[in-house]
Amino acid sequence: MRGPSSVLGRLSSVLCPPSSAPVKLPDSKDFWSGVMLIAIGGAAVVIGRDYPFGTALRMGAGFFPLVLGAVLVLFGVYFVVRGLRSSDRIEGGWSLRALVILPLAFVLFGVLMQHAGFVPALFVLVVGSAAAGTEFKLVEVLLLAGLLTVLCVALFIWALGLPYPLFAGS
Amino acid sequence: MELFQQLIFGFGVALSWQNLLYCLVGVSVGTLIGVLPGIGPLGTIAILLPITFNVAPVGALIMLAGIYYGAQYGGSTTAILVNLPGETSSVVTCIDGYQMARQGRAGPALAIAAIGSFFAGTVGTLLIALFGPPLAEIALQFAAPEYFSLMLMSLVAAAVLAQGDMMKSIAMVALGLLLGIVGRDVNTGFERYSFGITELSDGIGFIVVAVGMFAMGEIISNLGDPEERKVFTAKVTHLFPTWADMKQSIGPILRGTALGSFFGVLPGTGPAIASFSSYMVEKKLAADPSRFGHGAIEGVAGPESANNADAQCKFIPMLTLGLPASGVMALMLGALTIQGIQPGPEVMTLRPDLFWGLVASMWIGNLMLVVLNLPLIGLWVKLLEVPYRLLFPAIMAFSAIGIYSVNNSSFEIYLTALFGVAGFVWGKLGFPPAPLLLGFVLGPMMEENLRRAMLMAKGDPSVFVTRPISLGFIIVTIGILIVMVAPAVKKRRAEITD
Repeated sequence: MRGPSSVLGRLSSVLCPPSSAPVKLPDSKDFWSGVMLIAIGGAAVVIGRDYPFGTALRMGAGFFPLVLGAVLVLFGVYFVVRGLRSSDRIEGGWSLRALVILPLAFVLFGVLMQHAGFVPALFVLVVGSAAAGTEFKLVEVLLLAGLLTVLCVALFIWALGLPYPLFAGS
Repeated sequence: MELFQQLIFGFGVALSWQNLLYCLVGVSVGTLIGVLPGIGPLGTIAILLPITFNVAPVGALIMLAGIYYGAQYGGSTTAILVNLPGETSSVVTCIDGYQMARQGRAGPALAIAAIGSFFAGTVGTLLIALFGPPLAEIALQFAAPEYFSLMLMSLVAAAVLAQGDMMKSIAMVALGLLLGIVGRDVNTGFERYSFGITELSDGIGFIVVAVGMFAMGEIISNLGDPEERKVFTAKVTHLFPTWADMKQSIGPILRGTALGSFFGVLPGTGPAIASFSSYMVEKKLAADPSRFGHGAIEGVAGPESANNADAQCKFIPMLTLGLPASGVMALMLGALTIQGIQPGPEVMTLRPDLFWGLVASMWIGNLMLVVLNLPLIGLWVKLLEVPYRLLFPAIMAFSAIGIYSVNNSSFEIYLTALFGVAGFVWGKLGFPPAPLLLGFVLGPMMEENLRRAMLMAKGDPSVFVTRPISLGFIIVTIGILIVMVAPAVKKRRAEITD
C-alpha cells in the first residue's frame, strides 16, 4: 500500500508534468471514472447554480440537482484518488468502428424518418449497423436488410398500424 | 379461504384467450432471447415496451413478465448444451450441466432444470399470493417520510448487493437520480437541464435510457469482444431423468427454491447471486464434493431452481410497494406508469385483476415453459446457429422502431444513440448499468416524497428518524452500509462477485 504522499506526488505529476517528460496520463479505470463523474457532477452544479434552492420547508427545484451534483463530484474525487493508487487497467477490446458507426446508423435513421420515410430509414439502419461488425458480406447484408424491412413494414405498419409513410412524399 | 377465491379470480383473468396469447408470446420470446447470448431480458423488454402501449395493462404486464422468467429457462438450455450461459443467471449451470451433456446425459440435465424451475416458479407464485396482500396492507399506512426512507434503503441495498464495485454502483444510482430529474419540476414547473429543448422538458424517456444502455451499449461492447461460439449440438436422447436422479435432486431443488425466494425479495441481488449461493450450498452439503464440476446433477437442480424462484419473488416488492428491486422491475414499473397506473400498494385494491391476473399467469407461463422447452429443445438449439452478425442489425432495427413509435420523435433516437455510447463507456470503466436505471426510475418519486415530507414536518429533517417505520428503514440502511464496509464481508463479497 502506498501512502498518501505518493498519491499527491502522482497527482502533481499528472497535473503539472515536468517540462522535459512527455505528458503521460494514467490509463487506470478508476482515474477516468473519477474524471467522468467530476465532469458530469460539476456540470450539473454549474448549470443548476441559479435554480431556486428554496428553504428546508419549501424545497425549490434546485435543491435535489445541486445535492446530487455535489455527491457526484465527491465520488469523482474518490475515484481519481483511488485510480492514482491502483493500476486497474481498462480491459477488453475497443471496437472503435462499432462505437462510431452504430450510433451514426441510429442517428441516420432518425434523420431519414423525418425526410425520406420508413423504408429507406430502416434499410439504411440495417445496412449501417451491419457495417459496424467485423464480418461484412455485402450480398448477405442486402438480403438481410431487404427481409427485415419487409418484415417490419408488415408487422409495424400493416399489422400494428403505426402511422408512418413508407416513402416520404407518398 | 379468501386466498383461493382471489387465485381463482386471477386464473379467470389469465385464462382469457387474449391473455393466454400474451403469456405464450412472452414466454416464447423469453426463451428465444434466453437461448441467444448477447441479448438479455432487460434489453428485450425495453425494446418491446412501446409495442405494449396499445395492449391492456394486464396483457402487457403478463407478456413482459413472461419474457423475464422465460429468459431464465432459455438461459439454462444453452448453458447445458453448449457451455454458454445465455443469461448471467445460468453461469453456474454451465459447470455441471455441460459436463452432464458431454457424458451423454443432456436429456436428464435439461429435464431436471425444467422441473426444478417449474417447482420454484410454483412456489414463487404462491409466495407472491401469500405475502403480497399483507405487505400492501402495511404499505398503505406509509406517508411521504416512510416512502423516502424506504426508497433510500432499497437504492442503497440495490447498489451494495449488485455485482461489481460497490462504490461504482452507488455512484451510478446518484447519476440515475440526477438524470431522472431532467425536465419540468412537477411542483413548481421550473425547467431543469432541458437547455430549451422542448423534447427534454418532459424528461428523458426511460425507454431511451434502457434501450440505449442495454441494447445498443451491449452490442457495441459485444462487437469489441468477439466471442468464439462453438456450434456443438449434443444429441438429446433419454429426456427423462432416472429415479436415482430424481431422488438426488429433490433436496437441491427445495433448498435452491428457498435460497432463491430469500434473495428474490432483496433489492439488487440478481438471479446470479441466488444460483451461485445454491451451488455453493449443494457442494458443501454433498457427501462427495469432488463430483461437482464433473456432472453432478445437484449442481444443475439447485441453481436452476434458485434463479427461477429469485426471478418470481422480485415481483413482490414491485407489486406491493411500487419499489423496483432490479433493473427489469424498474422497467415493469415504467410500463405500469406509462399505462396510467400509479404503482404502489393501492394497485392491489384498485386493480385486483392486474395483480391476481399476473400472479396466475406466471404459473400458467411456467407450465407453458416446461412444454415449450422440453419437447421443442431441438428447435431452440437450432437458433443458436444464427450468427451474431445477422442478429444485431435486427436488434438495432427493432430498437429504433420501438423508440421512434413512443413519441414520433427523432430527437429521442439521437438521445438513444448518446446513451448507447455512454452505456458502453460506463461499462468499460466498470460501472454496472442496472443501478443507474433504478435511480432513474426512482429519482422523481424520491424527490417528490422528500419535499412532501419536509412540508409535512415544517422543514424539520428529524421527521425521518422520529417516525418509527421510517426510523426502521434508516437503521437498516445504515446497517447495510456498515456491514458492507466491514473487511470480512468486503473480502467475501469480492470472492463471490469475481
